[in-house]
Amino acid sequence: MFPKSLEFSISQPINDFVAFLIESYGETFRAISNFILSGLLQIEWVLRALPWWGTILIFMAVAYLCVRNYKLPLLVGALLMLAGMLGLWDLTMQTLALMLMATLISCLVGIPTGVLVAKVRVMRNILIPMLDIMQTMPSFVYLIPAIMLFGLGKVPAVLATIIYGVPPLIRLTSLGIRQVDQEVVEAALAFGSSSRQILFGVELPLAVPTILAGLNQTIMMSLSMVVVSSMIGARGLGQQVLEGIQTLDVGKGLEAGVGIVILAVVLDRITQGLGQSQRRD
Amino acid sequence: MAAIELQNVYKIFGRRNKEALKMVQAGVSKADVLAKTGCVVALDDVNLSIGASQISVIMGLSGSGKSTLVRHINRLIEPTSGKILYNGEDIMQLTPSGLRKFRMHHSSMVFQSFGLFPHRTVLQNASYGHIVRGTKKAEAEAIGKKWIDAVGLKGYENKYPSELSGGMKQRVGLARALAADTDIILMDEAFSALDPLIRAEMQDQLIDLQRNLAKTIVFITHDLDEALRIGSKISILKDGQVVQTGLPDDILRNPANDYVARFVERRVHIPAQAGVSK
Repeated sequence: MFPKSLEFSISQPINDFVAFLIESYGETFRAISNFILSGLLQIEWVLRALPWWGTILIFMAVAYLCVRNYKLPLLVGALLMLAGMLGLWDLTMQTLALMLMATLISCLVGIPTGVLVAKVRVMRNILIPMLDIMQTMPSFVYLIPAIMLFGLGKVPAVLATIIYGVPPLIRLTSLGIRQVDQEVVEAALAFGSSSRQILFGVELPLAVPTILAGLNQTIMMSLSMVVVSSMIGARGLGQQVLEGIQTLDVGKGLEAGVGIVILAVVLDRITQGLGQSQRRD
Repeated sequence: MAAIELQNVYKIFGRRNKEALKMVQAGVSKADVLAKTGCVVALDDVNLSIGASQISVIMGLSGSGKSTLVRHINRLIEPTSGKILYNGEDIMQLTPSGLRKFRMHHSSMVFQSFGLFPHRTVLQNASYGHIVRGTKKAEAEAIGKKWIDAVGLKGYENKYPSELSGGMKQRVGLARALAADTDIILMDEAFSALDPLIRAEMQDQLIDLQRNLAKTIVFITHDLDEALRIGSKISILKDGQVVQTGLPDDILRNPANDYVARFVERRVHIPAQAGVSK
């Protein structure tokens, strides 16, 4: 038996802390929540206002711009058609909106953080273990406080998706910047570049393929949070998976699962294509 | 007149470099310093004056500290102790922005593995020095274009470095340094990565350009033939110390010690006098 006298608990202080946050900063959290929600609703509004063929054409055009061949656009078009024909169009668009919002915030947070991790050793020592925690901590552990702070629905779903999804983007941004050929950085320095000119003119552009690989990973990991997000009230494909499970309607669950896979393939191939088109060696 | 002067420059790599510096100055050998402090002595009391408007060659084998030495002139590497003077002004006293201005207007550099920006075209690479200092794009590119033509790469302006051969890449490196219009050009083993024929061609081109431009060029090499061919003055570096400085003829006729003598003996042929005389 482990001696009782050595045991301690961190649960009470943490409960107190969360209660304190809700009491003292409720307004702040509501403001953040409203901000994320309005962004999300706007994306959703656009996706729903577009006719279905318009959305498919936009995706095909983006795919074409990323890879410059006709295979991928055709695949993307066919897959999205299939999603529509399976009766999943609206759900797919809802999930897509959630993904886009989470990815957008992930980029806004992840890329600058990655730069900081690459540049500042102290930040590296602090943040790398934190990223490990973010990826391994069971998502329900932070979902519950997120619900307490932001309420049920889409916002905590977006936040949970970001927490789970952003670590690869941070890691790969940092890796991409540290991998830039030192002689090239030295050359920029030797001609009198400032650190800002080096970051934006040399390091970030050369890190783009690696950063895009990170973005791809972020999107893939985010998609794996879709079902969990639905448990806290985010609508979309995950919700139908849940309904299928709850009513033992295997077919319905599988249909929605196919929808998630379609979204994953489409987003994965497009971002991968983008990453490869940026590589220049 | 000496354009650049290094006075009592020491460079020691390692955490306990201050302690190691005292030991080196007290005459402790490098091996003992390494054993006691874990610090590597890269430059040991280097005194060098580099004449204006000529090609000064610093020659040494790998590990002699020559690449470290050349990076002290534009402070890509900071000395552990010592003074670095440019036209009598101590560049160690420059503020960060002063240092950037010094690099923009007075010193440019050519690198062994070219150091070209792979995401920029030949033209953008060549005009980089001017872009950095805020010259208008059209003007900067006109200057870049002029120097691309001068190094013989006309027609390659919109290619990317990955599309060029090694010799062409280094021509871009040279054009970039020349376009920056600085009085000093530091060349760190600039031709070492090139094959012998291209290398001889580049040496000729450098001598040719130098005839009209009269830049202060500090050229680093490990190759005595190259040093004799292009250098007006040669300094030989061994284990971070300058063992001999002199005209190419001096080095050949009166080697200062066995080390230099061994170098000279191993030369297969007598250099073309055209390259040596100045």
